[in-house]
Amino acid sequence: MSKPILATDALSKQFGALTATHDVSIDLNPGEIHAIIGPNGAGKSTLIKQICGEIHPDSGRVLLDDRDVSALPPHVRARAGLGRTFQISDLCMEDTVLENAILGCLAIEGASWRFWGAAQKSKTLRSRAEGALDRVGLANFRDTQCSSLSHGQRRQLEVAVALTLSPRAFVMDEPMAGLGAEGSRNLTALLDGLRVEAPILLVEHDMDAVFALADRISVMVYGAVIATGSADDIRQSADVREAYLGEEV
Amino acid sequence: MRVTERYINGVVLTGLLVLPIWALAMDEPFTITLATRAVVLALAAVGLNLALGLGGMVSLGHAAFFGLGGYTMGILAYHAQTYSTLNLGLFSTDGTTSMPLIWLSAMVISALVAFFIGMLSLRTTGVYFIMITLAFGQMFFYFAISWAQYGGEDGLSIYVRNGFPGLNTLVPIQFFGICFTLLCIVLFLFARLQASPFGLALNATRQTRSRVQAVGLNPTRIRLLAFVLSGAITGLAGALFADLNRFVSPTMFSWQLSGELIVLIVIGGVGRLMGPVIGACVFVALEHFLGALTDYWHVYLGVVLLCIVLFGRGGLIGLLTGKEGAHV
Repeated sequence: MSKPILATDALSKQFGALTATHDVSIDLNPGEIHAIIGPNGAGKSTLIKQICGEIHPDSGRVLLDDRDVSALPPHVRARAGLGRTFQISDLCMEDTVLENAILGCLAIEGASWRFWGAAQKSKTLRSRAEGALDRVGLANFRDTQCSSLSHGQRRQLEVAVALTLSPRAFVMDEPMAGLGAEGSRNLTALLDGLRVEAPILLVEHDMDAVFALADRISVMVYGAVIATGSADDIRQSADVREAYLGEEV
Repeated sequence: MRVTERYINGVVLTGLLVLPIWALAMDEPFTITLATRAVVLALAAVGLNLALGLGGMVSLGHAAFFGLGGYTMGILAYHAQTYSTLNLGLFSTDGTTSMPLIWLSAMVISALVAFFIGMLSLRTTGVYFIMITLAFGQMFFYFAISWAQYGGEDGLSIYVRNGFPGLNTLVPIQFFGICFTLLCIVLFLFARLQASPFGLALNATRQTRSRVQAVGLNPTRIRLLAFVLSGAITGLAGALFADLNRFVSPTMFSWQLSGELIVLIVIGGVGRLMGPVIGACVFVALEHFLGALTDYWHVYLGVVLLCIVLFGRGGLIGLLTGKEGAHV
C-alpha cells in the first residue's frame, strides 16, 4: 500500500473533564475518500480543527506527507497542502464569488504581497480561480456577491476555494450540511471526481453521501475511533450499529 | 452605481481644487487656509481609512501618528532654526527645514512606531484593540505634555514655514498646492492598493480571519503591514498639519483627534476611497460656519453623525449613490 498523505498519530484533546479526542490515529491514502462518522459531540469537528491547526492537541502528532506539522499554525498547514472547508460556510460575504476564489489563489501564486495591479486583472490569478469555479459549476455566478448566493451555492464555493489551493489533501467538515436532496446529490458527484486530484478526509452526517463516496469509514464515539473499515464492514459491524447507526440501517 | 461614486469623487476633488483658486482670485487667503486644513485632515483620515475601512482595525490611537509627524516636523525645524544640535545617541543632526526630508522622517518614524504598536495590539480584536490603541495614543499625549525641552504643554512654535524646493511655502495657495498634490498621490496609491491582491487579502481579513488562514495567508502579517502604511500616511499628514499651523502641541496627540478622524471617515463612508475627503470637507465647513455661531458646534456635528449612522450606513457617499456600505 502506498504511504498515507495525511495521518494523525494518537491525537488526544481534553476540555476539562470532557474528552474531545482520545488517542485518534487515522490516515488518508492517495486517491481515497476517508469518511469519519459519529453521533453529534463525538469529536469529529474537534479532530478536524486539530488537523488544520486551529486547536492544539494535548498530545499526538499530525503528519502531512510524512512531515510533522503539529507545531505549525493553520495558514502554514494550508500552504503545506491542507485544503479545508468549513462546516458553516466561511466566505467573504461582501466580495464576489470570483474574489473569493482569487483569495484562495493568492498564497499559491505568491501574490499576497503584490500591491500594484488589480487582483481581478491578473491572468494567472484569474485563470486559476475561474478554473475552480468552473469545476463546481459556479462559473456563471462569478460576479455575484457572495451574500446573495443560495446556501447550496455557498457550499459549492467552499469547495471551489479549497480547490484553488491545489491541496495535497482535502479536509472537509460536513460539506453537505444543510443541503437538500438534490444539492447533496450534486455535491456528492463533485466530490466523487475530486479524489483523483487529492484524497478527501470527509466528516459528514449525510449517510447516503458517505456510503456512496467513502472508500473507508471511521466511526468516532466519545472522542475515540471505535471502528475503521470499508463501507460494507462498517454497515455490518455490530458495535457501530449499536453506537451510532442504530435503527437507521 | 460605480460611475455615480466616481462622479462624486470627481466633483469633490475638483471642488476642493477650485475653491482655493477662487479664493485666490477673490483675495480671501483665509479660505485657502481652510481648504488646506480640510486637505490635511483628509490625508490623515485616508491613512486611518486604510486600517479601519479596509482592514477593519478600529484604531482609537491614530493621533499618535498624527502627533509624531507633527513633532518630527517641530523638532527638526526647531533645531534647524535655532542652530542647535539634536543628539539622538547614535547620531546627531542639525535639523532641517526641508519639507521633503521632514516628510520622509515623519513617515519613517510613524511607520516604525506603528510597527511596534501593531505588533502588540494586533493580537487582539474588537474592543480590546480599540482600548490598546487608545492607551498607546494617550502614552504619547502625556509624554508630549511632559517633554519640557519642546514646549511641554504649551507646544512648540515654528515661526517660519519649512521650505520646498522651488516654491514659496508661505504663500497660502502654494502650500495648498503641495498638500493637495500629496493627497491626490496618496488617494491614487490607496485606490491601487485597494484593488491589488494585497488589498483583496486585507479586505478578507476584515471579514473572516479563519477563511484567510485556511487559504494559507497569515492575517496578522497582512494587518500589520496595513497598519504600518496607515500610520505612515497619518504621520505625513501630521507633519503637514504642523506646517500649516506653524505650531505643534500635545493636542495633536489627543484621543479626541483620533476620534475625529474616525468621525470623518464615518461621515464620508467607511472603506471608500473618497470617504475621508468628503468627511473632512464637511467637518471643516461645520467647524467654520457653526463654530462662528456657537462654541457648542460639536452638538450639531453629533446630529449630522447620528443621522448618517442611522439613515445611511455607507456614509454620505452611500446616501448619494444609494449603495449602502457593506460593512461597519
